[in-house]
Amino acid sequence: MSIWLTLILGLLAIAAGGWLFRFAGQKITGDAPRFRDMPYGVAFGYVFGAVIVVWLAWAYWLSRSADPAVANKYFFLGKAIEGLILFAIAAWLFRLLGRSVGTEGTKKLFRSMPLTASFGILMILIYAFVAIFAGALAPFGQEEVLAQANVVPGGDPAMGGNPDYPLGTDQIGRDILSRLIYGAQNTVGIAFITTCLAFFIGGTLGFLAATLQGWLDQVLSRAVDVLMAIPSLIFALLLMTIASAWAGSEKWLLTVYMVIIIAVIDSTRVFRLARAVGLNIVVMDYIEAAKLRGEGLGYLIFKEILPNATAPLLAEFGLRFCFVFLTIASLSFLGVGIQPPLADWGTMVRDLAQFINFAVFAPQVASAPLLAAGAIALLTVAVNFVVDWMLHKSSGLKE
Amino acid sequence: MSDLLLKVRGLKIEGRSEETWNQIVNGVDLDLNKGEVLGLIGESGAGKSTVGLATMGFTRDGCRISAGSVEFDGIDLVNASAKVKRGLLGKRIAYVAQSAAASFNPAHRLIDQHSEGPVQHGVMSRSDSEADGIELYRKLRLPNPEQIGFRYPHQVSGGQLQRAMTAMAMSCRPDLIIFDEPTTALDVTTQIEVLASIRQIVEEYDTAAIYITHDLAVVAQMADKIKVLLKGDEVEEADTRTMLSDPKEDYTKSLWAVRSFKRPQKPAVNTGATPVVSVQNVTAAYGTQPVLFDVSFDIHEARTVAVVGESGSGKSTTARCITGLLPPKQGHIEFDGQALPLDYRKRNKDQLRQAQMIYQMADTALNPRKTIGELIGRPVQFYLGLSGKEKRRRVEELLDQIELEPSQYINRLPSELSGGQKQRIGIARALAAEPKFIICDEVTSALDQLVAEGILKLLARLQDDLGLSYMFITHDLATVRSIADEVVVMKDGRVVEQGPKTEMFQPPHHAYTDLLLSSVPEMDPDWLTNLLNERGVDNIGDAAVDKMT
Repeated sequence: MSIWLTLILGLLAIAAGGWLFRFAGQKITGDAPRFRDMPYGVAFGYVFGAVIVVWLAWAYWLSRSADPAVANKYFFLGKAIEGLILFAIAAWLFRLLGRSVGTEGTKKLFRSMPLTASFGILMILIYAFVAIFAGALAPFGQEEVLAQANVVPGGDPAMGGNPDYPLGTDQIGRDILSRLIYGAQNTVGIAFITTCLAFFIGGTLGFLAATLQGWLDQVLSRAVDVLMAIPSLIFALLLMTIASAWAGSEKWLLTVYMVIIIAVIDSTRVFRLARAVGLNIVVMDYIEAAKLRGEGLGYLIFKEILPNATAPLLAEFGLRFCFVFLTIASLSFLGVGIQPPLADWGTMVRDLAQFINFAVFAPQVASAPLLAAGAIALLTVAVNFVVDWMLHKSSGLKE
Repeated sequence: MSDLLLKVRGLKIEGRSEETWNQIVNGVDLDLNKGEVLGLIGESGAGKSTVGLATMGFTRDGCRISAGSVEFDGIDLVNASAKVKRGLLGKRIAYVAQSAAASFNPAHRLIDQHSEGPVQHGVMSRSDSEADGIELYRKLRLPNPEQIGFRYPHQVSGGQLQRAMTAMAMSCRPDLIIFDEPTTALDVTTQIEVLASIRQIVEEYDTAAIYITHDLAVVAQMADKIKVLLKGDEVEEADTRTMLSDPKEDYTKSLWAVRSFKRPQKPAVNTGATPVVSVQNVTAAYGTQPVLFDVSFDIHEARTVAVVGESGSGKSTTARCITGLLPPKQGHIEFDGQALPLDYRKRNKDQLRQAQMIYQMADTALNPRKTIGELIGRPVQFYLGLSGKEKRRRVEELLDQIELEPSQYINRLPSELSGGQKQRIGIARALAAEPKFIICDEVTSALDQLVAEGILKLLARLQDDLGLSYMFITHDLATVRSIADEVVVMKDGRVVEQGPKTEMFQPPHHAYTDLLLSSVPEMDPDWLTNLLNERGVDNIGDAAVDKMT
């Protein structure tokens, strides 16, 4: 039986199941409004969701029951499910903690917080902690070359691991755990600085354009249009090539150039947002009242406009941070970003990328490059969860 | 079979806020017979619209019907399935929203939206319902009934759109229509046309209606009986004539008495006196579009000049010329006999301080992120150079003047105040500059009548205490009657008539002033009938305005 036939039959079965589910619900509950007014699509969704949950449970059982030495195609799925459950419990405990400890204000905040947001906040706190105390937490130095190269992650000697290096070592024998921890400092720290710079440039110019309008707005907006018309990654690569010629052998100077280049490119997006938000605010009567009072430009921007623009700007800050962070990782992956021997997640993915080929017969070996990739993905997801929540909150407050 | 169409018993509705359910309607009973019109009145937040929607078995998001029953023609709407409700709504119960402009889909023609209901419900074929739509447009006296349906919503005026929506509600010949403040956003001359059309068509098809409004004079024309709501409770119900002549409850009496506030006419100004503000031959334009033509009037010390006109007549533009936001093309503005620079950016701090402004929407006029203390404190610091303790004392004085307890309000944000309180803060901010002249731009039109009266009384007292001059922009002639000393009537950017209030409200008038005055609804239930008999249906409202030009 071909895969397509199975798929179509499966979908048909789910479709019938959806109808049956609703019908049974109506009969059993005696036409409760919940089942009576349930659209068919919703019933289909319930059954579809249930089928997926059952399949995941079955796959997880398979991934566990097999011999660890034998290649298992459900290995990564099993790990993902374990991770999800673990993180959910951690987030739930964290939220519980937040609800019982702290001031009345923070308690109230945690009470109305969805689990995704508390997960995001917990992750961001952990990343920040790791980045700040990297030197104390890492068992080895980021540049330290150890005796054994290519140790498999997992720390199980039978599988080619070593308990001294729980996440293994890379191809020239550097401890992956230590490099992940230092990578948090380098990648996240540089991304944070870059995002702040981008917001300073873009925000200031955007509000200025919105307040003054006229020719200044035209000049700035058209300049931004030109910058935005060039694909940002290609543009960054191009500028980095030029910058690397200027920097010469000074590796730290190249990093400074990179921060400036990414900040300028990303500030165009911030400019757009700040200008749009600013334009909505400057038409308000309270801005007119302030203008008629004779207030200066600085007071208008920082005392009247900025306080009303914080919610959308903060949300954009989270998103923009993810993009900057991914840009740095991509540039490092391509070899022009953060320079070795500094540990960086993008570089780590590139260096270990060829191990992905082992995924079919030795999943533990293939997980080496996925650790750094996972660290990137996790932070991105966490930041997005928090941003979603903040956006929801600020739009709710506006009513 | 009885005539009872709608029976509501013990209706309780809850709204969700901050994790808890708060009751917003506390057990309302309602009976409506076939062909009867019920007026539902109350202040904002009284639950009028919520009750109106609940009679269709519908609640807004975040609300639920917690108790009580709604029976429409024997069908229990609270427990009816979605399918049953779909069959009723639009076909037997229809709804006319306050803002027709926001309720029509801007991407479709009027007639397409009109015939959607009848076709969906299988009442009529598409061509039949289009023909019927044209017939309804004719009955509602829309201009060009054959063609107007083929326009898009943005191509017709607000009053016409409201009538097109009434026609749409009528399209399935429902037994019940709910009108939710259908004329609140319209000018008086437009309102009267819409009122006359709605009343005629409801009578003609013997449709029952619930008419929700906060305007007593309007409801007096439309309804057979009136129910008064206050904070989700029913105050009283009686038929219209009894209710108007003999209200039982104190709250109802206070509503009826609102329009009685009137200031005595002040003595005429000495002919030689220099006016505080003198607008001289001002002509202005937005870009190349001219909006003001040769506008002149004077405002004397401790006097109130009311500028009256419909939307688009140039009232607010005149204010923008005086404040310098829109420099006039010709003419000039004098303050105490001195010509002011035309652009506000060229005026000095003292010139800016002397003329202050109070806005219509206190919500947008107060920065939502600043506390009351900061809002009022800023002009005190900016103009008078006070800071620290002195500033705080002055802010407290100002809060006392606007009758708000300083210790209680000084640290609050605008969102923690009611509409009337916000407007008082707007007044305090203007007073903080210690001006001689204040422009009040529709300051009471967003407020409930009782609250608006409080604001008017406050403004009158401040004028007596501080010798302020007001330019009072409004479209509400009842407000003019209560507060103005002099009246300026504007139309299409020109002053059509001006003079002392007592003269303005006595005939003979300019034809336009006469039309404006005659279009203001009165509390007499026969007012509209008499007016129609007197003038004829074609000589009221916008139709009459059009004949003038």
